[in-house]
Amino acid sequence: MNDSSLNISIEDVTKSYGDFHALKEVSLEVTSGEFLTLLGPSGSGKTTLLMVLAGFTSPDYGSVKFGEKEVVFEPPHLRGIGMVFQNYALFPHMNVAENVGYPQKLRGVSKEETRISVENALSTVKLDELGHRRIDELSGGQKQRVALARAIVFKPKILLMDEPLSALDKKLREEMQIELRQLHDSLSMTTVYVTHDQKEALTMSDRIAVINDGQLMQLGTPNEIYRRPNNAFIADFIGESTLLPAKVKNGIATVGAAKFKGTQRLKKDGDFMLVVRPEKLFIANRRARDANYFEGVVKDSIFQGESQLMVIKLDPQNYGDRSLRIRLPNGSTNLGELPGVDEKIVLGLKIVDSYFVEATNGGA
Amino acid sequence: MVELEQNLNQAALTQLARREHYTFFGLTLPYLVLVGAMIIIPIGWLFFLSFVGRDGSFSFENYERMINSKAYLRIFITTFKISILTTFFCALFGYPLAYFMSQISRKWANICMIGVLIPFWTSLLVRTYAWLVLLQKKGLVNSVAVDLGLLSEPIKFVHNTSGTLIGMVHIMLPFLILPLYANMRAIDPHCVKAASSLGATPTRAFWTVFFPLSIPGLLAGLLIVFVLCLGFYVTPAVLGGGKVIMAAMKISSNIELYFSWGAASALGVVLLVVTMLILLIASKLVSFDQFGQRS
Repeated sequence: MNDSSLNISIEDVTKSYGDFHALKEVSLEVTSGEFLTLLGPSGSGKTTLLMVLAGFTSPDYGSVKFGEKEVVFEPPHLRGIGMVFQNYALFPHMNVAENVGYPQKLRGVSKEETRISVENALSTVKLDELGHRRIDELSGGQKQRVALARAIVFKPKILLMDEPLSALDKKLREEMQIELRQLHDSLSMTTVYVTHDQKEALTMSDRIAVINDGQLMQLGTPNEIYRRPNNAFIADFIGESTLLPAKVKNGIATVGAAKFKGTQRLKKDGDFMLVVRPEKLFIANRRARDANYFEGVVKDSIFQGESQLMVIKLDPQNYGDRSLRIRLPNGSTNLGELPGVDEKIVLGLKIVDSYFVEATNGGA
Repeated sequence: MVELEQNLNQAALTQLARREHYTFFGLTLPYLVLVGAMIIIPIGWLFFLSFVGRDGSFSFENYERMINSKAYLRIFITTFKISILTTFFCALFGYPLAYFMSQISRKWANICMIGVLIPFWTSLLVRTYAWLVLLQKKGLVNSVAVDLGLLSEPIKFVHNTSGTLIGMVHIMLPFLILPLYANMRAIDPHCVKAASSLGATPTRAFWTVFFPLSIPGLLAGLLIVFVLCLGFYVTPAVLGGGKVIMAAMKISSNIELYFSWGAASALGVVLLVVTMLILLIASKLVSFDQFGQRS
């Protein structure tokens, strides 16, 4: 806990639009100073939740607290949050410095102080010397930075961002992800970030809240979410994965015809899914006891620059019409020695990487 | 060989471009002929006539009369007064309506828009006489108000400035609302949200963000209304009952009563020049596409 940030407690927040349940009793604690990402596909309710935090949407019921203070009835302008919108929402009739100085002007900060804080904010986002520019003279990346400077100039304790990078091209977006994260670390305000881009979420967040169908599906560090997804939806949504159906009986899993050992203890009988990440597979020349194995035939082998992607059609007798993808990092593998198309191959998956999720959620 | 082919290609492409040019010119030709025949030539004729005196020779007498006669001065003052007042009231009633329409869902806004447009599509003369029927001494408004005891005796609404204004504001309102509404719809609603998230009260957000962004549309609307008012004839003629004499009416009476084409033409030229000047100044003051579009 420090004085430049506040924790956020969200409790039972529910919002419906007619028959559509945008949020269903969402409860979530955002720790002070944390970078938390609300991740979900479009229409999942993540933006609605952010708008509830910002005060633009009132929940049907539930509570939102900033620190100890209940804010659910506070209008947006009294919440003291910084917010960055998806399409920047800069004021086209003001120049860069006027945009950034706007919150300060509202707060009655003196001209001199405003000038200094605007300069500081602009230099934080690496836009020194651009204060006099008109908004329509800026590139997309610069607009994004101005929007950010405007949101942090008054040192809010909470910063909300609604897909701020979605309009930028891939390269710039990846640069900005790292920059935003560094910015968060240096300003140490509580940040709630909304995105549908799982990679962005994994890159930037302290913790990720996966939201789907108006519900909080899982809350955890990027590592936890990636390695130990709660259900088939998350396993499929986060990262690349293939889900193979598995049957569990008396704690023993069967995938295809083979018994598989998993990393977790399976207490329940029923239908499960084995989550197979392409980068966790390896080509097995001999079989050891610490892994599970698949047999198949190479269908496709694609050079992708930093890695080689192979599509393996699994033995149809045991697996039906299913295939797996294996990703071999370029450099660690001698690409010339890989089996060619239509050749037989044995893939291994370490037991520690063999993770099952319940199949009830639909999945792949 | 290759060079020759390139040259041939280039010649063919140039020809193609030229042909396209002619096609487009050909498409605009009917319009150009129409403008030439219906606008430029008559205006030239008007200009010429304004310099023809009573005796048929070249003279400045038509313009001199305008400067020297008190009657003309009064007409110009009336014209500007009515135009400015009409424009003012149009803004007063039109801005809130356009703002309201820009904030509701498109479906309801379209319904409101029909309400704005139906009178717009109705004949000017019909609307003007409708006001006369409503507002005259024994009209609907007065008789209802007297019957209800709101008024002890009928108010004189028509055949004066107030009647003219009521009619003109009603007729001009759509011309203000249409460009203003289009402008307001194009304002990014996130801008106002951003303002309030940054700490602006709704009033403050409106005046510091929404209003400045709506100015181009407002000015466009004001300009159209004002310019149209300057040359307005039917409504002031009917609702003013001869007591409110605007420039267009004087032009008509110059011809119909005094058969003085020269005087009428001179007044027409002055009106045209004033309108052009106003448009020129306005276009220098604001560029109408400056803001307002979504970023």
